[in-house]
Amino acid sequence: MLSPIASLPLSTLIEKLRSAELRSVDLTTAFMDSIADHDAKLGAFVHLDRDVALQQAAEVDAKRDAGESQGPLAGIPVAVKDVLCMKSQPATCASRMLKGFVPPYDATVIAKLKQAGVVVIGRTNMDEFAMGSSGENSAFGPTRNPWDTERIPGGSSSGSAVAVAARMAPLSLGSDTGGSIRQPAGLCGIVGMKPTYGRVSRYGLIAYASSLDQIGPFATDVTGAALLLEAIAGHDPRDSTSVNKPVPAYSQSVDQPLAGLKIGVPVEHFAEGLAPDVEKAVRAALEVYKSLGAELKEVHLPHSKYAVATYYLIATSEASSNLARYDGVHYGHRAEKFDSLGEMYEASRGEGFGDEVKRRIMLGVFALSAGYADKYYTKALQVRRLIRSDFDAAFGEVNVIAGPVTPTAAFKLGEKTSDPLSMYLSDIYTISANLAGLPGMSIPCGFTAEGLPIGLQLQAAPFEEERLFRAARMYERETDWHTRLPPLAH
Amino acid sequence: MSYDVIIGLEVHVQLQTQTKIFCGCSTMFNPDHPNVQTCPVCLGLPGALPVLNGHGFRLAVKTALGLNCQIAPYTKWDRKQYFYPDLPKGYQISQFDLPFSHDGHVDVEIAADAKSGKAASSRRVRILRAHMEEDAGKNMHDESGSGRDSKVDLNRAGTPLVEIVTQPDLRSSDEARRFLEELKLLLTYLEVSDCNMQEGSLRCDANVNLHVHQPDGSKVATPIVEVKNLNSFRFTEQAIEHEIARQWKWFQETGIKLGDKGGYKSTRGYNPDRGETYILREKEEAADYRYFPDPDLVPVLMSESQVAEIRSEMPEAPAPRRTRFESEYQLTGYDAAVIIDQGREFADYFEGVVKTCKDGKQAANWLTQDVLRETKQREQSITEFAVRPEVLGALLDRINQKQITIKSARDVFGELLTESDQDSAVPAIGRIDEIIAAKGLAIVEDTGAIDSAIAAVLGRNAKAIADFKGGNEKAIGALIGQVMKAVKGADPQTVKEKIITAMSQS
Repeated sequence: MLSPIASLPLSTLIEKLRSAELRSVDLTTAFMDSIADHDAKLGAFVHLDRDVALQQAAEVDAKRDAGESQGPLAGIPVAVKDVLCMKSQPATCASRMLKGFVPPYDATVIAKLKQAGVVVIGRTNMDEFAMGSSGENSAFGPTRNPWDTERIPGGSSSGSAVAVAARMAPLSLGSDTGGSIRQPAGLCGIVGMKPTYGRVSRYGLIAYASSLDQIGPFATDVTGAALLLEAIAGHDPRDSTSVNKPVPAYSQSVDQPLAGLKIGVPVEHFAEGLAPDVEKAVRAALEVYKSLGAELKEVHLPHSKYAVATYYLIATSEASSNLARYDGVHYGHRAEKFDSLGEMYEASRGEGFGDEVKRRIMLGVFALSAGYADKYYTKALQVRRLIRSDFDAAFGEVNVIAGPVTPTAAFKLGEKTSDPLSMYLSDIYTISANLAGLPGMSIPCGFTAEGLPIGLQLQAAPFEEERLFRAARMYERETDWHTRLPPLAH
Repeated sequence: MSYDVIIGLEVHVQLQTQTKIFCGCSTMFNPDHPNVQTCPVCLGLPGALPVLNGHGFRLAVKTALGLNCQIAPYTKWDRKQYFYPDLPKGYQISQFDLPFSHDGHVDVEIAADAKSGKAASSRRVRILRAHMEEDAGKNMHDESGSGRDSKVDLNRAGTPLVEIVTQPDLRSSDEARRFLEELKLLLTYLEVSDCNMQEGSLRCDANVNLHVHQPDGSKVATPIVEVKNLNSFRFTEQAIEHEIARQWKWFQETGIKLGDKGGYKSTRGYNPDRGETYILREKEEAADYRYFPDPDLVPVLMSESQVAEIRSEMPEAPAPRRTRFESEYQLTGYDAAVIIDQGREFADYFEGVVKTCKDGKQAANWLTQDVLRETKQREQSITEFAVRPEVLGALLDRINQKQITIKSARDVFGELLTESDQDSAVPAIGRIDEIIAAKGLAIVEDTGAIDSAIAAVLGRNAKAIADFKGGNEKAIGALIGQVMKAVKGADPQTVKEKIITAMSQS
């Protein structure tokens, strides 16, 4: 049973804090209790520091008592994926390799959250080094879907999605390299957003694939996601790839419907492999938009059939390089037995990394090797440009592209672990946005007959997050999917 | 059989920045403790990202312009991947296929060598490319033999480097040394690097092989050897000499050519104590560095106007300055080279002197002899030297104005230095005239006094007059001396002319 406080919508929590009807310490305690009640079954959190969180909450309360003006998220608990560095807190990426590693610095997004008075309530489980689509590749054990604990919640930001879905935190941060926010948001029935590449600083985000990684929010509703993105977005001189563009006040405009909205329906995302119940729910959502005056238009993304292949060359190439630093020399896991430097490297990395990480490092090393780089890595870069061109052409005709987030609803734990290729295909609709650098989000749009959530994906042109939030909110106002609680909470 | 020596150099130069290439850590050499000039970025901690040091990049562009290189309008950063404990990220950020500059040259003048009878010559050394990269840290191994742990110091990791790669255009160890000397002079002139080899600011790898002449007129190449980490000009010269001898002997014994089995390119080190190179590792299988563009950094675009702006900030390079000194100040090639090769401040000092005295030859004589001698004795740099260029210029101007003799000027110069040695003050121009007055060194223009002194001297030196008239021109020296003694400050040239006139009239 959920505590009454934890199940309240975010907007209500903000209002109660602002009116001093509720104190952040009590709010934080309520969510801590919710974690204590449910997380043994769900495995969403890998690190909790109750004292630190309550102290942060007490500081916010004290400032409020002193009459200091505070931002909307002051005193609100937020869970963060174990991929973001925070001073004095372990950062492991759910890997044995980084067991015991405590970064000496704050990621830019963490510094911004602290600035906003947010209470960091805990660090969430994930697929090791953000590599996975099910939350099963974690040194801490799998995360489970609160709608059916026999099923996966999606990944790699599994814990951040589950924490919000099961109301163990009102908001959370994840990272999305090929769908790692949108896919678990869809499978857990919550809102998740991957911003435009460069919208949010990656400084302090432990890299998986640098040209694709982007940090983004999870929330139970669109407004919550807008508030959290507003708090973390913006240019950062520490990240050369972050873009210097002003950040719109997303939360101020989110309730304004878009007039004359043109929605593109990509033919390729409604093809073979899409489960009928998912297709039905997504098509019904499109009808809702039509009823709101939006125009639906078929669009083509002809190169999307190469997206998964392209992604698994580029992402693994970058990963093979990004993960080279875990060598047992400076920090992280070092093997105990070795007779030479070479053996130390081999044993430390052999013991420290899980199977999926090793698989992707090997793929990436191969794709970048002399004699193969032109055929694989360089070719993939060329296809990546074609995928981006598909979107540029489509956004010449429509404002938003809508379709399914995943081909199916949540599958069972262990169902795809022995078949990496079928696992990779669960990101088939989300991967293109990372390759093209576009913003994309997932919002709840229905349930399967078995009661599993289904997500609707919305994508827009670069830096059009504001349009996405407004389009998403138009739909959300007409439906109540986002208000439904997983059975665990009943 | 004879052979040509073929040498190409790869030179790593540390740029003179306050902070590292991709983070804000200090680049100071050898701080008191290991790993104190570090941060998450240069430690390669998870999540940290590099940001290019714009000032460092400008220094690199200056370096390339000094090497007469083309500046690429688009350049990018690549990761060179290999595992080593002094490389905390497991890759070095470098430049692979699109270096920021390429295709330049350095002209090296080689002086005549009396011993071998070789005439002076000039060699144009083409620069293949110059690219920027980060330095690695340092591994410190236990050398006690007791097998204790190795240690890693990352203070140096992330120091900005420019790697300069020449074409194989050098033909002797002497040319290689001369190239490095000219390069060091250029880079210190441009103030892009201090080129301190002891501190590793300039490090050199030499690629050496021989092209052996065959009886049919063709040439056969010996296997290329790369001698790594040469940290002095002398060691570079010695290592190349040793390689030439070693490769020649080996070729005569085995006949193994480049590309034959056992004739692959190899890498050697140099042991200065033994004067020998030694094998480091065989490059039979080239290491695969899996270069690819660093996704954490954005490409750098350089417009022509940006390049022009940097070019306009650059001081004149040594080679054109040498040529200009020869034409503008009528210096000999030798004098111009001596002055330029002392470094930029010395050449600036020279031009300061000329500005006041308007006599390049006079200034060059003084600088290459008196000034060099005095600074050397005092172990001073030219900027520390007490007699500032405008003072020396004023002094030399007194000579040209025939106010004092060269000899008197040396007295004044010596006096100025003696005084400043005592009170460590910097002499002012006014002091020159005070010393001239006090010592009575002013040239006497009173021809009456000179004429009467000449009459007196000639009156008592009949023999000398006879000797002179008899063809012994040296006889006049004694007469001049006596007149000069009588009239302090008389101009010896004037005295000489007057004596000759007087004798011819007598």
